[in-house]
Amino acid sequence: MKARSEIRFLLNGTPVALGNVRPDETLLDYLRLRQRLTGTKEGCAEGDCGACTILVGRLRKGELVYESVNACIRFLGSLDACHVVTVEHLKRADGSLHPVQQALVDHHGSQCGFCTPGFVMSLYALWMREPKPSERAVEKALQGNLCRCTGYEPIVRAALSVSTYGDAVSDPLATERAAVIAALNQMKDGARVEIGSGRDRLVIPTDVDDFATILESEPDATVVAGATDVGLWVTKFMREIAPVVFIGGLDELRDSHEENGAIHIGAGVSYSDAFSFLAKRIPALGALIDRIGGEQVRNMGTIGGNIANGSPIGDTPPPLIALGATLTLRKGSARRTIPLEDFFIDYGKQNRAPGEFVEAVHVPVPDAASRFAVWKISKRRDEDITAVLGAFDLTIADGRVEAARIAYGGMAATPKRAKAVEAALVGKAWTEETVEAALSAYEKDFQPISDMRASADYRMMAAKNLLRRFYVESMGNPANLSRYEAA
Amino acid sequence: MTRHETLDPGKARIAGGVASDQKHDSAHKHVSGEAVYIDDMPEPAGTLHACLGLSEVAHGTITSMDLSKVRAAPGVVAVLTADDIPGENDISPTGLHDEPIFTNERVQFFGQPIFAVIAETREAARRACRLAKIDYSEEPALIDIADAGADARLVTAPLKLERGDSAAAIATAPHSIKGQMRVGGQDHFYLEGQIAFAMPGEDGDVTVFSSTQHPSEVQHMVAHALGVSSHAVTIEVRRMGGGFGGKETQANLFAVVSAIAAKKLNRPVKLRPDRDDDMTATGKRHDFLIDYEVGFDDEGAILGVDFTYAARCGYAADLSGPVTDRALFHCDNTYFYPAARAVSRPLYTNTVSNTAFRGFGGPQGMVGAERIIDEVAFALGKDPLEIRKKNLYGTDDRNVTPYHQTVEDNVAERVIAELEESSDYAARRREIAAFNAKSPVIKRGLALTPVKFGISFTATHFNQAGALVHVYTDGSVHLNHGGTEMGQGLYTKVAQVVAEEFQIDIDQVKITATTTGKVPNTSATAASSGSDLNGMAAQDAARQIKNRLIDFASEAHDVPKDQIVFLPGRVRIGNQEIPFAELIREAYMARIQLSAAGFYKTPKIHWDRDKGEGRPFYYFAYGAACAEVSIDTLTGEYMVERVDILHETGRSLNRAIDIGQIEGGFIQGMGWLTTEELVWDGKGRLRTHAPSTYKIPLASDRPKVFNVALADWAENAEPTVHRSKAVGEPPFMLAMCVLHALSDAVASVADHKVCPRLDAPATPERVLMAVERVRAEGAR
Repeated sequence: MKARSEIRFLLNGTPVALGNVRPDETLLDYLRLRQRLTGTKEGCAEGDCGACTILVGRLRKGELVYESVNACIRFLGSLDACHVVTVEHLKRADGSLHPVQQALVDHHGSQCGFCTPGFVMSLYALWMREPKPSERAVEKALQGNLCRCTGYEPIVRAALSVSTYGDAVSDPLATERAAVIAALNQMKDGARVEIGSGRDRLVIPTDVDDFATILESEPDATVVAGATDVGLWVTKFMREIAPVVFIGGLDELRDSHEENGAIHIGAGVSYSDAFSFLAKRIPALGALIDRIGGEQVRNMGTIGGNIANGSPIGDTPPPLIALGATLTLRKGSARRTIPLEDFFIDYGKQNRAPGEFVEAVHVPVPDAASRFAVWKISKRRDEDITAVLGAFDLTIADGRVEAARIAYGGMAATPKRAKAVEAALVGKAWTEETVEAALSAYEKDFQPISDMRASADYRMMAAKNLLRRFYVESMGNPANLSRYEAA
Repeated sequence: MTRHETLDPGKARIAGGVASDQKHDSAHKHVSGEAVYIDDMPEPAGTLHACLGLSEVAHGTITSMDLSKVRAAPGVVAVLTADDIPGENDISPTGLHDEPIFTNERVQFFGQPIFAVIAETREAARRACRLAKIDYSEEPALIDIADAGADARLVTAPLKLERGDSAAAIATAPHSIKGQMRVGGQDHFYLEGQIAFAMPGEDGDVTVFSSTQHPSEVQHMVAHALGVSSHAVTIEVRRMGGGFGGKETQANLFAVVSAIAAKKLNRPVKLRPDRDDDMTATGKRHDFLIDYEVGFDDEGAILGVDFTYAARCGYAADLSGPVTDRALFHCDNTYFYPAARAVSRPLYTNTVSNTAFRGFGGPQGMVGAERIIDEVAFALGKDPLEIRKKNLYGTDDRNVTPYHQTVEDNVAERVIAELEESSDYAARRREIAAFNAKSPVIKRGLALTPVKFGISFTATHFNQAGALVHVYTDGSVHLNHGGTEMGQGLYTKVAQVVAEEFQIDIDQVKITATTTGKVPNTSATAASSGSDLNGMAAQDAARQIKNRLIDFASEAHDVPKDQIVFLPGRVRIGNQEIPFAELIREAYMARIQLSAAGFYKTPKIHWDRDKGEGRPFYYFAYGAACAEVSIDTLTGEYMVERVDILHETGRSLNRAIDIGQIEGGFIQGMGWLTTEELVWDGKGRLRTHAPSTYKIPLASDRPKVFNVALADWAENAEPTVHRSKAVGEPPFMLAMCVLHALSDAVASVADHKVCPRLDAPATPERVLMAVERVRAEGAR
């Protein structure tokens, strides 16, 4: 097997080969401290404010895709064969501003200016993807960027006008695409990367088999895909995470496809990619993705990570449990597939053996007879962590509930099915009386806690009311606020 | 010859003068990442990094402190405790000596600084900090003001305002209502956190680059802590990444610690806390518990009010005295109370010492007034807007405030009337009623609320400012003043004023970093006063130079002074015109002084706190806003559908910047009243200490329709700089309309018969709980 002890990437216009990379070194520290590229700011060091937004370009099946990410929780070691683009790359050679930058200046889109480079980069990513975005697309692209001064109004106005300042086709990242692809392809040499020694080491496997081998021999290694969780272990808790295995570049884990009535999502598929794929078949999931993190986190975070970390407030497990998803776990070359709900044993405890990893999740496409809905409740509508999330998959035929799978997040120590509630519904006439009668079953299923996100009383009340909402909507009455007209 | 030396006789207007939409002076640097914040400055060789060690109990005494592991950790150069402070261990801005830099015995809040680690890297300092072993003897802690007893300790003397006999007025009124309102605090969440970078100099000197709104105070604090004179300390700040009041006194700690370390070790020391430490260890907007009683007649005219404003001040006074005073000054908002009594209770709590935040107590004061309006309206079954209009201050009578200042510039009635019209209030009120009648789950609400905000520091002596203007021989101008730039566009506005005076393009005016070495003894850039004070001081400096130029030109060219006119880019001297730069060169050759220190102090104001009487405010700023919201009565979730704002800024110096302040202030105020919730647990630990848990508004929280207009007919009744008005704080309170629109929507579930008494922040949880309560009471 080929091996090397340095990572290679493009930083703006410059190829970089780096042998001294600490396993837990963040991209932001590298940019600011080692490269003195200080346009990228630290606002929170937890991927919530967006002041550190940069672009990462990566080859996907030969295509070069640029995405906005948070440099503060992105590890340097995860950038092998990537193109890192910072705000310093945007000004033209003649000193003139980039269209995104000029639009912001002309619309008075900066006040204190500290968040501004992050906004520039988020809008740059949007502009490349969608040169004439809708207001909704702008808002979605900016869900991971906080501004405390402007109230966003001038920033949104600027974003809507960027195309009048220049055209994305002649942007350097578009015109230099072929050269960047060639450079990245050359870097993607199929070698395993190992930097450091002993435990103080980072490894980038060549493929999934290699990853499986590595993890089997070092079961306590920290597996990092999107780093939206592990990043905080370092920046906030200063935990020692080495040895680290970076799997974000493993294309095999980034595959999504439909087969035999189920959608298969590789563990390394990002939220953005997974949901765009899932929403085509299960539209209700499309609205949920807009409520998970900000754009940067959705680009980084993976479905596998959201499941594997076992959080009681991860947003993907409840809907996938309601849909009857299964999970494939792999250790070495051995695989097993279990119902997703069985993966979650207790708080911080999952059905995963040492050296085993989540490889893929399989989501059955609901049949036409079933009615599926998922709703998230949080203090702030977007880019917030769930207070309560409820997912419902009910089959109602001839006015009776034939089948019901209901799962909640935020209501217990794990994502959990509401089995008593389901039992109170199945076989009954689908009426308001049935729904009201089933509400008392919630106390059997859940004893939620009070924390800074919500009180136990509110969680219980809102959880019950989501069933009421499901009923009201099943009767054809809208009972859910939406910022946007239905697509 | 440079451009500005050529004569352009036809030039009609300078670029960037007063009343132009001049862009922020740093806009092009903001967008390109080239604007330098303190953490972006190149670090000289040998730079060290500090991290604060914070207490982990809310109240108690330190019984033992073992820092040996901290000292032994990799990269650690020094550990500082209270014993290492050469001068005074105090940074209390009011001189009450109640705010130690490092505590060495008594711990009074969770997160109180105990020591600092100085290390080769920031990471090494942070890691080492965690190795401290500190034992405490814990004592009961008072965290929540609701738990404060009648005899609870105050951090500073309370204020009482009294006009008329409110007890009698309420007792004899046809109706009276008593109630209580809770209004939450707010974290500043400046995007650039606190930071200071100290460079040791020779002798006792030190220069500190500090992200501060109050360089002079930082200077004094550093001097006291080092035990040196103020002249040894220079504080400089080019820009902050946001301040909002959070860097008025709260920057002191970081500057002082970095300076002590830099002097002790004779190396540059930077202190930039992590966001969590910043939010845990620095003060916030005060949360309040407001007890109120109002007496009113059948028509809804208020006859008397009685308010008690209790505030969570934290363990030390900081600015809690003036903050709670300002709450009382705004318990009237735009309303005339025939009889009023208002008292403050600045309560000691075992929490971080709360501080200035945009509005400075005014917002909390005003929400009390607006709650009273709601109470009266619901009691009488009237639209709250009708009650608001009925109780407005009059022009010639009914115009005396509870603090005995006569309101002389009242435009509230006109602002409300115009907004009511432009927002189509009446028609939408009907449409919403019709919508709600047909919609069982989603309910809409509408509210229009006014704002009247007093402008001036209530501590009269702070209302002064200085500026320094140099004109160089090429005609370019160097501008410096005591105001600081935190994004609000102050530097731009003051440069516009100077450009206007000299009639030169604004790019000829170099804006320079605020430093205590150029303009001394400055006041904080706060209380919305930045442009009013520094604009006038800079204008004064420019006029001094201009007058010397006129005197000189008159004599040199032998023309009367009134025939010397500064035109765009040039000066007319009798029958000839010469470029500005040429006049400057001539003046220099004739040994005319081309530099001046300007000064301004606000006239007319005075305040007797003991009597509760005076004219604390030079003038008032007015505005009004109308919000429409939708709520989901099953979950309490909501959406702001539309907001219309009409705000008056006098003759605006820069409409674009003013609109930016209005939009930004409104959204920040909306965050305070909706999703921004500070939660302390029973141990006094702040649980909402980062953006993951503390939720400021996002772009997608903006009102779906957001119309902002300036009342362009307005001019300041007082001779302020170009008759403009302060705009920093007043728009913040426009956001009250959102709280009241939510309240209106909640009220619809019981046919507007029960006052929702919706507290703030109105999180989805509070909205749902209010819906449940109103429904239950309405069914009774």
